[in-house]
Amino acid sequence: MSQVDRRQFLKLAGIGGVAFASGLGFDAYAANKHNAKTVAALDFYFVQLSDTHWGFNGAAVNPEATNTLTKAITAVNNLEQQPDFVIFTGDLTHSTDDPNERRRRMAEFKAISETLKVKNVKFLPGEHDAALDKGEAYQEFFGSLHYSFDHKGIHFIVLDNVSNPELNLGEAQLNWLKADLQHHKRHAPIVIFTHRPLFDLYQQWDWFTRDGQAAIDLLMPFKNVAVFYGHIHQVHQHETGHIQHYAAQSLIFPLPAPGSVPKRAPIPWNAAMPYQGLGYKNVEAYPKSKRYEIEDIPLVSGEAL
Amino acid sequence: MSLALSTRCSLLLFLLTAVGINCLYADTLAPTDHQMPVIQILASRYRFEPAKIVVKKGQAVILEIQSSDRLHGFAIPGLGLRSDARPGQMTRVAIKPEKTGTLTYFCDVFCGSGHEQMSGEIVVE
Repeated sequence: MSQVDRRQFLKLAGIGGVAFASGLGFDAYAANKHNAKTVAALDFYFVQLSDTHWGFNGAAVNPEATNTLTKAITAVNNLEQQPDFVIFTGDLTHSTDDPNERRRRMAEFKAISETLKVKNVKFLPGEHDAALDKGEAYQEFFGSLHYSFDHKGIHFIVLDNVSNPELNLGEAQLNWLKADLQHHKRHAPIVIFTHRPLFDLYQQWDWFTRDGQAAIDLLMPFKNVAVFYGHIHQVHQHETGHIQHYAAQSLIFPLPAPGSVPKRAPIPWNAAMPYQGLGYKNVEAYPKSKRYEIEDIPLVSGEAL
Repeated sequence: MSLALSTRCSLLLFLLTAVGINCLYADTLAPTDHQMPVIQILASRYRFEPAKIVVKKGQAVILEIQSSDRLHGFAIPGLGLRSDARPGQMTRVAIKPEKTGTLTYFCDVFCGSGHEQMSGEIVVE
């Protein structure tokens, strides 16, 4: 794909009221002429969809729960220039104690996700998908709980911080991460996808990963790292040193800003502004110009973020 | 001192020391647990009983935590304290809040669809 000009991209997306997060530098990596032949430093973009909670039932917070996911997929399918891939960052389904119902929800979710025009679709688990059965059903439908892949010069790592009762990464996965990173140079662009924030965003609301700092410590030697996650149902940006962390909106209900209210309760549905606070994230990668540009797209065009 | 009491005090001393290391609000306490008020907290899907505890500033209390159904967590981030809450197993932790205000406790082991609402508060007067 040729470089997607920013203005053109917005036109292609057909959106207004887009919020821009700060870019992320690719530093020496793209500038290193020795990498030029080995790295396909092409510009591209991907879409992050998060926290769809398929199977959720709560009219007070989303009376359109059975339509919200399809509405988001329609929005992505309507992009004239399709993303290189789409990733769902956890809580694909809403938790249930019934293993059969869990699998039914996952089957339905998977069938709906297959209506995306783009066929390169990635998944990772949220605690609603994987915590009660340690990811057993999730793996039947969506494959590995953690994995990595490369795309046009960027190394993407998918981490699972939900499938054990402690809601952490665990020693085995941290060892795997360490081994995976050993294959990459310190200036390599690396993107982490995970569900819960790796840093301590707000412990009082369980918005952290107990051993997330261990992962951050492993990533710190790498100069170009960005983390994209879900879980908190709102846009958020944070820095741990030079590592950028970006949270995506949910596609079922928004949650309040951390610590802004006593209880971590869903924000009620606003009939005057349906789908308010719901949306998805478009991430443009510009390796040649050493930056990302991130847009948080409201599910209803024109809504202020 | 009987062996049972000795063991009990040693366990309490360990717990109190652990609290003292990480705690923003509490001091390390002397092992005089027989003088401390005890508050029992029962965890179950998806609530704690009681969901509100009132203690006085500087008052040392023992929290006795257990679950009636499945594994839950019991975390008080403001005190740097957490433990599991297991069925049939009592967990005892000591706290001594030194500042007035409200501390949140919540389940930090995912337990189902209502997990996010499973929390309570300690009001320190």
